[in-house]
Amino acid sequence: MMPFIIKNLPILIVITPLMFSLIVAVLNNNRLAWTLSTFASFLTMIFTIFLCFEVSYKSNISYYLGNWPPPLGIEYVIDRISIIPIMIVSVIGLIATLFAHNFFTLEIDEKLVSKTYSLWLLTIAGLIGLITTADAFNLFVFLEISSLSAVALVALGSKVDRKALVAGYNYLILGAVGATFYVIGVGLLYGVTGTLNMGDLAQKIPALGLNKSVIVAFTFMMLGIMVKAAVFPLHIWLPNAYAYAPSPVSVLLAATATKVSIYIIVRISYTIFGSSYEIYSFESLRYILLYLAILAMFAGTIMAIFEKDVKKLLAHSSVAQIGYIVLGISLATSPGIASSFIHLINHALIKAGLFMSIVAMGYYTLKRIDVKTIAGLGRQLPITFFSFVICALSLAGLPLTVGFISKLYLIKAAYMSEGIWLPFLILVSSALSLIYIWKLIEGLWYSKKSLKIEKIRELPEIYLPLLVITFLNIYFGIDAGLIIDNSFIASDALMSGIR
Amino acid sequence: MANEFYIYLSILTPLIAFFTTPLLSSNPNLRDSLGPIGGIITFYSSFNIASLYLDGEVLSFTFFQISETLSISFKITGLGVIFGLVASGLWILASIYTIGYMRGNKEKNQTRFFTFYSIAIFAAICIAYSGNLLTLFIFYEVLTFSTYPLVAHKQNEEAKKAGRIYMGILVGTSIVFLLPAIIIVWVLTGSLDFSTNGILKGNISYEHVPFLLALFAFGIGKAALMPFHKWLPAAMVAPTPVSALLHAVAVVKAGVFSMLVVITYVFGIDFLTETNGAVWLIWISSITLLLSSCIAITKDDLKARLAYSTISQLSYIVLGGAIATNIAVQGASIHIVMHAVGKITLFFAAGAIYVATHLSKISDLNGMGKSMPLTFVAFFIGSLSIIGVPPMGGSWSKFYLMLGSVEKDYLLVIYILAISTLLNVYYLLEIPAKAFFQQKRTNIQVTKHPLTVYPTFFAAILTIILFIYIEPLKDITNLIFGN
Repeated sequence: MMPFIIKNLPILIVITPLMFSLIVAVLNNNRLAWTLSTFASFLTMIFTIFLCFEVSYKSNISYYLGNWPPPLGIEYVIDRISIIPIMIVSVIGLIATLFAHNFFTLEIDEKLVSKTYSLWLLTIAGLIGLITTADAFNLFVFLEISSLSAVALVALGSKVDRKALVAGYNYLILGAVGATFYVIGVGLLYGVTGTLNMGDLAQKIPALGLNKSVIVAFTFMMLGIMVKAAVFPLHIWLPNAYAYAPSPVSVLLAATATKVSIYIIVRISYTIFGSSYEIYSFESLRYILLYLAILAMFAGTIMAIFEKDVKKLLAHSSVAQIGYIVLGISLATSPGIASSFIHLINHALIKAGLFMSIVAMGYYTLKRIDVKTIAGLGRQLPITFFSFVICALSLAGLPLTVGFISKLYLIKAAYMSEGIWLPFLILVSSALSLIYIWKLIEGLWYSKKSLKIEKIRELPEIYLPLLVITFLNIYFGIDAGLIIDNSFIASDALMSGIR
Repeated sequence: MANEFYIYLSILTPLIAFFTTPLLSSNPNLRDSLGPIGGIITFYSSFNIASLYLDGEVLSFTFFQISETLSISFKITGLGVIFGLVASGLWILASIYTIGYMRGNKEKNQTRFFTFYSIAIFAAICIAYSGNLLTLFIFYEVLTFSTYPLVAHKQNEEAKKAGRIYMGILVGTSIVFLLPAIIIVWVLTGSLDFSTNGILKGNISYEHVPFLLALFAFGIGKAALMPFHKWLPAAMVAPTPVSALLHAVAVVKAGVFSMLVVITYVFGIDFLTETNGAVWLIWISSITLLLSSCIAITKDDLKARLAYSTISQLSYIVLGGAIATNIAVQGASIHIVMHAVGKITLFFAAGAIYVATHLSKISDLNGMGKSMPLTFVAFFIGSLSIIGVPPMGGSWSKFYLMLGSVEKDYLLVIYILAISTLLNVYYLLEIPAKAFFQQKRTNIQVTKHPLTVYPTFFAAILTIILFIYIEPLKDITNLIFGN
């Protein structure tokens, strides 16, 4: 049994949530649906941990789906690079599933809850599939699976606020545009190379020289994924989608969805087109990404400062944080990409913690988590408030939290390749981010409560996921070696073009 | 190994006090005794660390290795010994005084107050014994955040606004200037460890030295160099024991301590002299010194006047570092001790007056000397020490500072020091003079709390003791600067 599992791990991490999503869909018992979903995501995480050991101590895994060898068959690849986002999705997936139950029962029609869990698992399966696949077209399939189910999840927020339907619709349209752009690019590449396997593409593209279809294909693919990754200014779908989605969905999407898309940006630009950068003058594209990242840092932060809806505020801050991650990529050096990976992991931890603690406080206000409606709640919910403060300080990048480690390495990388001006811009924007963080902390702590709900109490059901995330935020801020080392290994592997 | 035990002891004691204080909230007497006991234990271990340092032992340990060049580690340096002694020694006094103040004033949320008080001391001790810039930075920020609940203790609009200025300036400068400075050092030298003669020599071109130093000087907002000094008067809304902690012991001293550490152990005094990289800092600190003395004269609020006096005194220390000769930096490091003891006396006195009479304006203090003789005598002695009159401790540090500027032929600096001394005389001695020689205007009810008066008087006596027993302090500084 064990060798069979080990051998098929790369597909098991995708199949497990996929299969369970089918089972969960037909259940009538909501609690059972939740238990099964938790079990499925737990299983996925166990498999991922096995994979981690396989990849770290043995070698990269190349898995042929149905034993069809590439370039004809679909290949799944797990290496030191892809294991990072897989780990993020499976760990956050489990934590968010543990967290979800109270909120789904409250925020969604009773009849729809088990279906929601089905969509939930489907999203997780799609995201993991996106990371593992080494086939450009198969990637498109998973892209659609994950984003369509995510759209449906967002729209389910309509019981609380009808605006969720509009938010979901926007997400659907823009997501579809992004996916279409991507598939156009893939089509063009297939036309000139006759292959869809990423490794194969990487070998054939340099031979084509200055081929216009390749340039156009690259542009289309990048633009398509940049919409999905919410790179400024293609981020407009994001704030509303995060704000109006049911609370657990905000947690899951904020912590994982955009991260996976950023990973795909890295894969496209370094693995598929990597060896031919100079021909397609990545230099100029690099600067486009760099300037967009800087704009994102400031635009996101400033929007967050003036935002009153707390979930939207966190979403704007996500736009800024995506800016930091893209900035690292755009430096096109090994430390730069490593810093991006570090922040990819750390930001997932930070945002999951922030969304979890803020929606836990919003459990009582339900409709809109406004800066005013949650005023003074911090004193009534000390444990939730504590988690919120730790994660918020981590977002601002203060020492002894994971955010500090990200900032340290991002600034070092930026200084090494661009000089002092870039670190300065990064730090100014992160100092500005203190303003909105402080606004929230002050609001939660000081103001008289405006809420007229008598039974405000902590939710002990969510202590486990919430405190685990908070603990991780501090733990990896001190014992950061694991994250740093693996990020550097991944970025070195990427830069050397080994897949 | 056995000797490293003292480092653990001095760091862990305030941390244990931090964790046990909330547990003892139902028993105020037991809870409040944690402070003095913790202070005595920490001071005892700091004292042992100091004597080990004088014996030439090098103590260090790494708490955590983050990556090859990054670690959270502690090492005993000469400057650290001085700051450790100041922070732990004054913690004993301050914790006794705090009990009197909080009870006499019937403040709310006392448990929270004592909890964050101990974590602030913990951060200060960690800063003192930090072995590299990363550790220093981490605990610098911990100190900022742990003192926020103390500053905003009253939880009203005024406290909220002051808290914003406090956090905005301190966290803002540390993120925007200090952090990149540290990262630049890291990139240039590949290391963040402190070394006796600095680590930058040979790794940075001469013309970049002033800019890097500027990033440090303005990044360490706790040193209150103008124009980043506003947080200090703003933090005056806090209860007086906090002001004593902020302005005499932990926060500002952590700032100037970090400045001196950067100057001696990162840049190296010889390297700064060689490159002339610190000359601009002499003038910036001189301007701060004079301007804040002038502002202090205009303040009628007692604590605000003391706050501006603190800003001016901190600039003496930065000035000593900027002159960058062994004697001047020696004077600066002695001034850390002298100013701490002198200023804590003044703040204790201000708080004792407030507890007894609820007066905070200087113009209301006319004739109060007869009702509170001990307190005002202590205030008088503390003022003399700050001014630098023998036989108070403050005269030593001023003497060394003047000696340093003579050595470098900075005549203008000597004039500035002289003018500032005159200003000190004017704005500090005005207060006891009014209290003793002018007529009382109205009858004011005086209800003293003994625990506020005696620590104040003891602190005043300490300034005299420090004048006579200067030898150990001189030995330590001689060892640092090799005079």
